[in-house]
Amino acid sequence: MGERESADALLRSAIGGDRRALARLLSVVEAGGAPFRVIAPQIFAAGRGTHTVGLTGAPGAGKSTLTDALVTEVRRHGSRVAVVAVDPSSPLSGGAILGDRVRLRQQNVVDDDVYVRSMASRGQLGGLSLAVPEVIRTLDAAGWPVVLIETVGVGQSEVAITENADTTVVVLNPGWGDEVQANKAGLLEIADVLVVNKADRPGVQATVRDLERMLHLGKVQPWAPAVLTTIATDGTGVDRLWQVITDHQRFLAETGEREHRRAQRRIAEVRERVLHELTDVSSRVERSHAGALIIGALAKGEIDPVTASDRLIRLAAGRMADAR
Amino acid sequence: MVAARVLMAKTSLDGHWRGINVVSRALRDGGFEVILAGMVTADTIARIAADEDVDLIGLHVGGRVEVVERILDTLAANGITTPVIAGGTIPHYAVARLEKRNVSCFPPGSALDDIVARARELTAQDVVNEEE
Repeated sequence: MGERESADALLRSAIGGDRRALARLLSVVEAGGAPFRVIAPQIFAAGRGTHTVGLTGAPGAGKSTLTDALVTEVRRHGSRVAVVAVDPSSPLSGGAILGDRVRLRQQNVVDDDVYVRSMASRGQLGGLSLAVPEVIRTLDAAGWPVVLIETVGVGQSEVAITENADTTVVVLNPGWGDEVQANKAGLLEIADVLVVNKADRPGVQATVRDLERMLHLGKVQPWAPAVLTTIATDGTGVDRLWQVITDHQRFLAETGEREHRRAQRRIAEVRERVLHELTDVSSRVERSHAGALIIGALAKGEIDPVTASDRLIRLAAGRMADAR
Repeated sequence: MVAARVLMAKTSLDGHWRGINVVSRALRDGGFEVILAGMVTADTIARIAADEDVDLIGLHVGGRVEVVERILDTLAANGITTPVIAGGTIPHYAVARLEKRNVSCFPPGSALDDIVARARELTAQDVVNEEE
């Protein structure tokens, strides 16, 4: 088929700085099929250790605008920066509207040192949380030293995505919840930096105070999450935000926490991948002729659920042994 | 199976979002991943189409065919061969001009189903069957 050669060639070109090759390579990576699997070890080996920053928060909190402002700030410091913007897929059609680019200013879109890639969440079943780390690895291999990952912070899988980041920024707004809400929201537990965006609106101080009070209730951590305020639309506070993000990056590097976290993330990622692929095998076995017979017998009450699952697992194991 | 990716961009009339939103929705419901760009210049469209590795480009036209032609020139100059569809207020005389350049046109009155069907046709060759 020559697919291996072409994926190889794309990777080589992307590592060499070819932007068009990177774009096509990312499609191969995102699809996650056989051509990707062949080059996955090379992508991993080519990693240079990019700093990843996740931005998450409720819909409408201003994540896209803040991402755009951060891109501008990173560029002001002279670094190249890539953005992975994730929006949900429709559970009904599988389609998606990826609208994060609407907030990007023209100057950032056409900047040769900025690369933006939109991704759809493509269903809950592990697809996205598997694709995102590989997309980040690919950007890393292609020499993008900073990667911003932007996702809606609702739902388990989206929160899992930001866990792919070295630094997680949670974006909130004035008037966002009281202390009760703050404690309920699992979002805050993953935050390295809390940002109250739209700080030109009333209620900023109360929100900041609630968040700080809430953070002080938690156990003392070596890194105390900062609570910052920004107005993303005019850039207010964004320089300070980037400063804190780079402080956090230095903290991670100096304490050895970065390598520790990255190792933990890789382990979690593999667990998820194994589960995902076993689920895949399982559903294929169910659809096979032998599997359908077992399901049929189960439906008619001829065998019990435990026996049925044992048989399906034996079928799956046989299939996997044949495949290797 | 991987969803086809479509870039939807407005070529003029900054305030007018309804058309592009309605078509984007229809494409999403048809299973496409729609990358919404808003009102952008020819250079920006070329950059986004390349960076996002899209399978199709949809242009919202606000009456001025020259703008669309400039975008087609820019795409060609950048070596982008992605198929293009255009909708919105495309003047009568412009439809023939654009179709001569392989742009599928959907002037006012076009059915959403026809747009989605055409988008499927144009992206069909990109659908790679997953190996069993």
